Amino acid sequence: MKNILTNLFNKKNRGRTLSFIIVILAYAGIEILTHSVRVSRLFTSLLVPTCCYIVLALSLNLVVGFSGELSLGHAGFMAIGAFTAVCVSGLIGSVIVNDILRLIISIIAGCVVSGIFGLIISVPVLKLSGDYLAIVTLAFGQIIKSLINNIFFGYDANGLQFSFVNNSLELQNGKMLLSGPMGATDTAKISNFTAGIILILITLYVIYSLIDSKYGRTIMAARDNRIAAESIGVNISKTKTLAFVISASLAGAAGALYALNYSTLQPSKFDFNTSILVLVYVVFGGLGNINGTMISTTVLYILPELLRSLRDYRMLIYAVVLIVVMQVTNSARVRELVNRISSKVFKKREVRL
Amino acid sequence: MKKLLVVLLSILCVLSLAGCSNGGNGGGNSGEDAPAADETVYVKLGCSGPLSGDAKVYGEAVRNAAQIAVDEINASDSNIKFEFNMADDEADGEKAVSAYSSLYDWGMQVSLFTVTSGSGAAVAANYDEDKIFAITPSGSATALVYTAEKNFPGNFQMCFTDPNQGVASADYMAEHFADKKIGIIYKSDDVYSAGVYEKFMSEAAAKNLNVVYKDGAFTNDSATDFSTQLTAAKDAGADLVFLPIYYQPASLILKQASDMGYAPTFFGVDGMDGILTLEGFDTSLAEGLYLLTPFAADADDELTKHFVDAYVSAHGETPNQFAADAYDCVYAIHQALENIGYNSMYSTNALYDDMIAQFTTMTFNGLTGENMTWAENGEVSKAPKAVIIENGVYVSAD
Repeated sequence: MKNILTNLFNKKNRGRTLSFIIVILAYAGIEILTHSVRVSRLFTSLLVPTCCYIVLALSLNLVVGFSGELSLGHAGFMAIGAFTAVCVSGLIGSVIVNDILRLIISIIAGCVVSGIFGLIISVPVLKLSGDYLAIVTLAFGQIIKSLINNIFFGYDANGLQFSFVNNSLELQNGKMLLSGPMGATDTAKISNFTAGIILILITLYVIYSLIDSKYGRTIMAARDNRIAAESIGVNISKTKTLAFVISASLAGAAGALYALNYSTLQPSKFDFNTSILVLVYVVFGGLGNINGTMISTTVLYILPELLRSLRDYRMLIYAVVLIVVMQVTNSARVRELVNRISSKVFKKREVRL
Repeated sequence: MKKLLVVLLSILCVLSLAGCSNGGNGGGNSGEDAPAADETVYVKLGCSGPLSGDAKVYGEAVRNAAQIAVDEINASDSNIKFEFNMADDEADGEKAVSAYSSLYDWGMQVSLFTVTSGSGAAVAANYDEDKIFAITPSGSATALVYTAEKNFPGNFQMCFTDPNQGVASADYMAEHFADKKIGIIYKSDDVYSAGVYEKFMSEAAAKNLNVVYKDGAFTNDSATDFSTQLTAAKDAGADLVFLPIYYQPASLILKQASDMGYAPTFFGVDGMDGILTLEGFDTSLAEGLYLLTPFAADADDELTKHFVDAYVSAHGETPNQFAADAYDCVYAIHQALENIGYNSMYSTNALYDDMIAQFTTMTFNGLTGENMTWAENGEVSKAPKAVIIENGVYVSAD
């Protein structure tokens, strides 16, 4: 017993344990709160999307932070996961009545399909690096959005029906699952906060397992010095593909959870801005910093809602806060000041920021 | 240690949000005694629309006009007055749910729903579940009031639905331009435009309209250059081009068509309204443009003049159809509240039921039409007006 505890809190595992503790504590706190006092509707409505964005940001951090490649098309994977899940959930809705089982199957489907797309994309993408990779992923995100914008998909007594660009479906008593630019409508809202937290925990487990493994070390070695890593026999493209595919499938799972939280969903949601938004969460929390990513996502996602009372100045203040925090956390003078204060307060010489 | 501090701070931040709840939804139901006859009651009127982002012009038009109507009503001697709260939803479904939730927490009793269709579709089910009466000024997709699976009994529309606009346009063309060759340019990734297009095409087929060019789709990313579509329409011999789109891209189409010497008759729907007030647009390009709109700012009836004067003096610009619809919504809600004799004894559920009963039976005269009525499914019935632009003003075209 003692062994396990010391093992959990030794230097190597401390970060991982802290992450799990934060998530579980937050879950417990929020559950107690929602069951004991009457919390606002706004608060409960933000829980699931916050979980989705945390998973998304964590998965993007795997690519941007650990693998060191700038990906600007993450919303594309989210979209694939989202619309796959909506279709699967719609199709199995009449067969599987249990919402939890239906949710799990839909999320797994979103995860798998998105992972497959990740694998396909990684072939041309990971041959590139730096700006080129950023541009290709950006294009990928746009392509996915445009594709989904043109897909008409539904089912009726005659089976599945599909058409592209122009809607030629004539369903007899059937149901449209995807209708082009109008996206998915009448989706059953089966996502819940507990599922979101479980998804975060699974994501954390996957990411920590990966980065603590042999593959994780080669991924980071390839990031820090590609030539040196190659010279000792690391298969760069294989390790990068692994990180990219895992990231894509996690983003797909997040998209699935997200889609099943709303009754309608339009492809235009998954545009360039969404990719950038998630990237902001990652950069704000620190590249390669998992706890930082979770906290920054929560704060940045909730901040605009907290600022609702400011009305017209809301987005202005939000932007100012973003700029100020980015500047302050990156300013050497402020860091030094914080270090000095905290070393005085906590009587420690070295404090990591 | 520092990390722990950050964690604590962010948890605090989250909790403070949870603590915002206090309004509840029982507003206006405080007193148990019978209401005095001349007692003034305030009804909490909510609305969500884009106040930031790309579509903010629409949200602001609705907010400004609704505010004018609310101020007028509150200054009148009516006992039923409004508290108006508009939340920003950035024309995004996800934000619309947050905006709806914040309005719910505030204690919204009746609502102007959402300004845009996409947001409205996302919260239509919420209004239905919470039984809050809502009428949208400008969310024209049918998904706001009913879907293939269910009808939302308390959700209503002040504007025409997309299908109705498509059908009305095709009918108008069949009546007046039966021998024209028709080309269409539309925005395929926009719910509004694609919705109108789809119904127009099926009605056009039913009325045997001669559609010679129907593949003129563009998307948000290609909404700056229309030379391909215009050239194709010209080559196909189209002498009437139907533009079921908003006025910004339409203004570019008019400009580019004029540059390439292509001069068909252009025909728009209500999204075209506003083109004359677009900054930097040469209004002579819009000469001869037909549009189907419920509201013309230059109409010379008393009500329109009064509204346009109030709007111009408050905001310095001519109101568009979004503004007119919002103004009508507030007055229609007020009329219904007067009719049911709303007082502080009303419970939220009774208000919801009585408002539905009232809206499906009453007749309303407003800026955007005479003798408007509403169907059970929430769609409005009013006559679309076709106007043609002559010498920079709308002229009724019949």
